[in-house]
Amino acid sequence: MLSDYHQTLLLLTGINVLLGWSAYLPLATGQLSLGNAGFMAVGAYASSLLTVQWQWALLPALLAGAALAAILGVLVGFPALRLHGIYLAIATLGFGEIVRTFFLNFDLTGGPMGMRGMSGATLGMVWAWVLVCAVGFFALGHSRLGLSLDAVHDDEVAAEMVGLNITALKVGAFGVAAALAGLGGGLYAHHILFIEPGTFNFMESIIMVLFVLLGGMRTFWGTVIGAAVFTILPDLLRFLHSWRGAFFGALLVFLLIVRPWGLLPRETLRIPMRWLAGVGG
Amino acid sequence: MFVQQLVNGLMLGSSYGLIGVAFALILGIFDMLNIAIGEVFMLGAFCGLVLVTHGVPFVAALPMAMVFAGLVNLVIERFAFRPLRGTPPVIPLLSSIGFSMLLTDTATNIWGSERTQFPPSVHVVNFEIGPILITSVQIVILGVAVLLMVVLQLLLQRTKIGRGMRAVAENALTASILGVDSRRIIVATFFLSGALAGAAGMLVGLTFSVISPFIGIEIGLKGVVAMVVGGAGNIQGAMLAGPILGIAEVLSVAYLGAAHRDVVVYGLLILVLIVRPAGLLGAVERARL
Repeated sequence: MLSDYHQTLLLLTGINVLLGWSAYLPLATGQLSLGNAGFMAVGAYASSLLTVQWQWALLPALLAGAALAAILGVLVGFPALRLHGIYLAIATLGFGEIVRTFFLNFDLTGGPMGMRGMSGATLGMVWAWVLVCAVGFFALGHSRLGLSLDAVHDDEVAAEMVGLNITALKVGAFGVAAALAGLGGGLYAHHILFIEPGTFNFMESIIMVLFVLLGGMRTFWGTVIGAAVFTILPDLLRFLHSWRGAFFGALLVFLLIVRPWGLLPRETLRIPMRWLAGVGG
Repeated sequence: MFVQQLVNGLMLGSSYGLIGVAFALILGIFDMLNIAIGEVFMLGAFCGLVLVTHGVPFVAALPMAMVFAGLVNLVIERFAFRPLRGTPPVIPLLSSIGFSMLLTDTATNIWGSERTQFPPSVHVVNFEIGPILITSVQIVILGVAVLLMVVLQLLLQRTKIGRGMRAVAENALTASILGVDSRRIIVATFFLSGALAGAAGMLVGLTFSVISPFIGIEIGLKGVVAMVVGGAGNIQGAMLAGPILGIAEVLSVAYLGAAHRDVVVYGLLILVLIVRPAGLLGAVERARL
């Protein structure tokens, strides 16, 4: 039997896997989103309102939070079509900050004081969601849709020439990613028992991208490894005390120098040039 | 007090403008976003704080903080940008985020996370022009900001290194074929960009007298907004957008309440990106100097 402490680590790993996948999906279509903490916040706050204020059961509340995040994701996804590369990254960063500021001013969820009273997320529940999503990603990887996403990633213009609906694919990826972030946020809120707007800051969005980066940008299971390493490592590094953030920053710089394409790239040699064309903006 | 708000916004905005120009130099010339400029700005403020606390007069502390910030930016270039040449622009963006984390945390460990005060370093005199109150501090800030912008323009337009920078911005390959030494241009641009951010740090230290390791994120990111609103990579655009942003922020605090100022600032960013992705003064596709 696992100790409480190890159970918590494992549970957080599961949540981080879901959050990592929310950064992975837009990246799979060549879009870097730095605003996923905003979608996470929407899912966390919406599901918490439903369970705490209106006594909903956890499962429908989680689904509703994810659905609301997905709607927002689609709404953000459309204007995001016009932007590429770093400009998209900057715009999504702005979106994340706006969501955070919104909750800072939203009285129903406690504003800056935050919200408490949530409970009920269990280890089994979190990993059941991870499993469901993993099956989804696996099926996607072996489907026509998965190939279409790859095509959009590798060469958007060529993909459009062969008749793929770029708009639907990119906006869809954004929407599903937002739903995953919302789901992760909902589970997080019902595990950690207390949320405040500061939880969902710019750094949280960055960390989601780090999970993907560490695992390699082109494999969904790489994100699992990335999320696990980044969840467990900080705990192993507690002896660094207040220097942990500095260590992570240095680690990120170092990782990018030695493996700019992530630790587990799918086709290390084939991607770079295509990627340059796809995301270059 | 509408006019007074405009004046206050202009002061705040001149720092946004300087940070925006620091971002725009690197984006305009190399097509890369160095997020860590925010932390270079923060370190400039702390360097100024240390100097002023030790009795160094403002006129001497300003150039020293600028040189220090410029050198920090060269270190960032060495580790976060140079090894990643040829990768898509989002990769160096991520490694510069790594530097942001590293520098923020290092500053927190050295100076603590509390907000610190600048000791008074400029003799404060109040000038009343009709109903408007302008302090000597504000005049110094505006004067330094304008002076740096003029010097930067002269440097870009009139000097050999400035011509080299503009040539690389236009077309890096052609510039290198024509004999522009790209290493020198990279070093000069990163140093210049860091120095401007450092100057902004000094000025913010003067205005609000409160600095912390987190101003890189709180204020520095608004420099990115100023740059994008002005036309990413466009230096005059960032100079113009900084004050616009500062005034918008001060007015929204005055008339909508302090809680809404970030909504206004980032809302403006998204509006500009959607309606006019090239920014106020930006050329379509790729911004020029």
